[in-house]
Amino acid sequence: MLRQMEGSQAVAHAIALARPQVICAYPITPQTHIVEALGRQVKNGELPGCEFINVESEFAALSVAIGASAAGARAYTATSSQGLLFMAEAVFNASGLELPIVMTIGNRAIGAPINIWNDHSDSMAMRDAGWIQLFAENNQEALDLHIQAFRLAEDLSCPVMVCMDGFILTHAFERVDLPTQEQVDAFLPPYEPHQVLDPADPVTIGAMVGPDAFTEVRYLAHHRQLRALERIPEIAEQFAARFGRRSGGLLRGYRTEGAETLVVALGSVNGTLQEVIDAMRADGIAIGSVSLGAYRPFPQAALRAALDQARRVVVVEKCLAAGVGGIVTEDVRRALHDGHRLDTVIAGLGGRPITRAALREVLEHACRGEAEPLTFLDLDREVVERELERESQVLRPGPTASAVLRQVGLPGAPFGRGREGRS
Amino acid sequence: MTQQVIKFYQTGTFTVGNRLLDESQRSVQANMQRTNSLNSGHRACQGCGEALGARYAIDAAMRATGNRLIAVNATGCLEVFSTPYPESSWQIPWIHSLFGNAAAVASGIAAALRVRGQDDVRVIAQGGDGGTTDIGFGCLSGMFERNDDVLYVCYDNEAYMNTGVQRSSATPPTARTATTMAVGEEPGNPFGTGKNVPLIAMAHHVPYVATATVANLRDLEYKVTKAMAIRGARYIHVHVPCPLGWGSDPALTIRIARLAVESGLFPLFEAEHGEVTARTSIRRPVPVVEYLKLQKRFAHLFAAGAEARLARIQAIADRNIAHFGLLAAEAAP
Repeated sequence: MLRQMEGSQAVAHAIALARPQVICAYPITPQTHIVEALGRQVKNGELPGCEFINVESEFAALSVAIGASAAGARAYTATSSQGLLFMAEAVFNASGLELPIVMTIGNRAIGAPINIWNDHSDSMAMRDAGWIQLFAENNQEALDLHIQAFRLAEDLSCPVMVCMDGFILTHAFERVDLPTQEQVDAFLPPYEPHQVLDPADPVTIGAMVGPDAFTEVRYLAHHRQLRALERIPEIAEQFAARFGRRSGGLLRGYRTEGAETLVVALGSVNGTLQEVIDAMRADGIAIGSVSLGAYRPFPQAALRAALDQARRVVVVEKCLAAGVGGIVTEDVRRALHDGHRLDTVIAGLGGRPITRAALREVLEHACRGEAEPLTFLDLDREVVERELERESQVLRPGPTASAVLRQVGLPGAPFGRGREGRS
Repeated sequence: MTQQVIKFYQTGTFTVGNRLLDESQRSVQANMQRTNSLNSGHRACQGCGEALGARYAIDAAMRATGNRLIAVNATGCLEVFSTPYPESSWQIPWIHSLFGNAAAVASGIAAALRVRGQDDVRVIAQGGDGGTTDIGFGCLSGMFERNDDVLYVCYDNEAYMNTGVQRSSATPPTARTATTMAVGEEPGNPFGTGKNVPLIAMAHHVPYVATATVANLRDLEYKVTKAMAIRGARYIHVHVPCPLGWGSDPALTIRIARLAVESGLFPLFEAEHGEVTARTSIRRPVPVVEYLKLQKRFAHLFAAGAEARLARIQAIADRNIAHFGLLAAEAAP
């Protein structure tokens, strides 16, 4: 059924169709609309057999999900940004305990300075927490990935994060095709736990493991992620067969045929990127893109095959490892053979719009081999230089964020170049 | 195995007198069919109060629930000494997740049991004082205020023993720990700090709160049994001496725990929906020095010039006795 709705509502519909049994809710922008919608459905009686629990923190949200999952219930929660960091210890724990929890991340920047807008700093901070991380390009895919995520998580007994760009997807109204309950039921069987707390068959879960066995346990976690590299495309195929549309999978190429330059990106920016590529192709530039649907496990072999023909690779990423540069770049580098030129474009930090014009400019540079290895898209060099100069001249320069805000005007003023009101 | 009924002569209130009682009134541990939920062979120290308390508490809960019980454990001594891989002392379904989330994990299990229609299976969360009064406090308070169907048992040995005896918010004034050394002008843990979690639990108006001690194991069993007959959030705070951390003789664990009660330093009471409903009276209050002098963590109190500090501890005990009405005559119904 085609409906026009907000991304968060679409995800809430998908979760409801997956027949969750325990949902833990704690508010943080921009994921909040998802759990609000689910709370309403539970309270209305539209989700029989589901508990909706208002907890006191994200740490508790995931901890309640851990308990619920270990006791045999299909458990779900959602968070963003600071919330994901606040639950960090439980994030690692859930994967270590092999509990197939599904969690939506409404991707958002991490403070300080506090910022509620979109980038990928939050899920990147948890990239090595042992969860499968899937990224949605648009709201239809976000919806579809959640249904696939429960299958994947429960097949492997491994938790899954479905990452969708905060505001850009969570708050965007788009047309989505809502599956029916019958379709989802046929695709997603009831949860059969690999382990369960049951008085009839007592098990100890979460025992202490010393040096004698820890390496083996960690290796098996790695092995499970490698198996996910097979299961992700299989499940995406089965999904396509049943629902009649393609969603998910390890990665997707766009106009890669004959491309000398390939751009790699995660999430919603792929939409903008594809428009830029169409325009550049129209002007005879041999460029294409690869959208990474799975970031953990990292589809190294599939990406190597996809990128092999290109001479240049540009990674456009919404996150920054300060003092290093790109984060996704390093994963991509491992997938490349020698001889590729690899550039990084850091873009969209803290909700900075990624415009087609800016992308085209930087990609044209890259295609000519003139790009810097590390570019900050739309960085206002003037502001930065002036602030560095100021800091060098005073003994106690004060907080950087306030100084930059003073330069660019009031908080909330339009971002980008050519602003007025600078002194 | 055949059971032979033996008659014992009573030698004291807390010794074999149990066996003179009618079968139905005997303690859980006196029954050969007890579950041994925390089985022998674990790595607890000699004289460990926590191991003793946990064994009684969990077996009592098992009897009260017809063996339909799941336990959650916070990180800490109890978790470490009971589950060195690949061994486990636990004969019941048991999960350890993190240091600070036992109450929340238990809430999740309770929710799962409800939706799965297993209402007869009950949940206990347990942790030490650090995992309860400090790092797990947020999750504990959340579980209380939601009135989730969980019994939380805190085994209070008054410091972080598993990491090497560091101060917690349950460490009493003047106690020497690795982070409140017995040096300087105010040796040990400062006066005027710490929190009373049973009273904070009561402020949540949960259905049941109790304090208990390994000095009175029948009382501990009684309180656990009572708690398991109630639905909603429940809390039992058990005083468990730690010979290693307290610098006490392992053979004196029970005596020290009893002196804590009889001096008034650890009041025993029950509360329902925020109101104290019962307290264990003290027949003859003993001076706090009787309790303190058996523990090396208080040794500095017996140096010259520490009289005023001893007097302040005595004042705390006296205040407890007055506040809870613990003197036998006052406590009489």
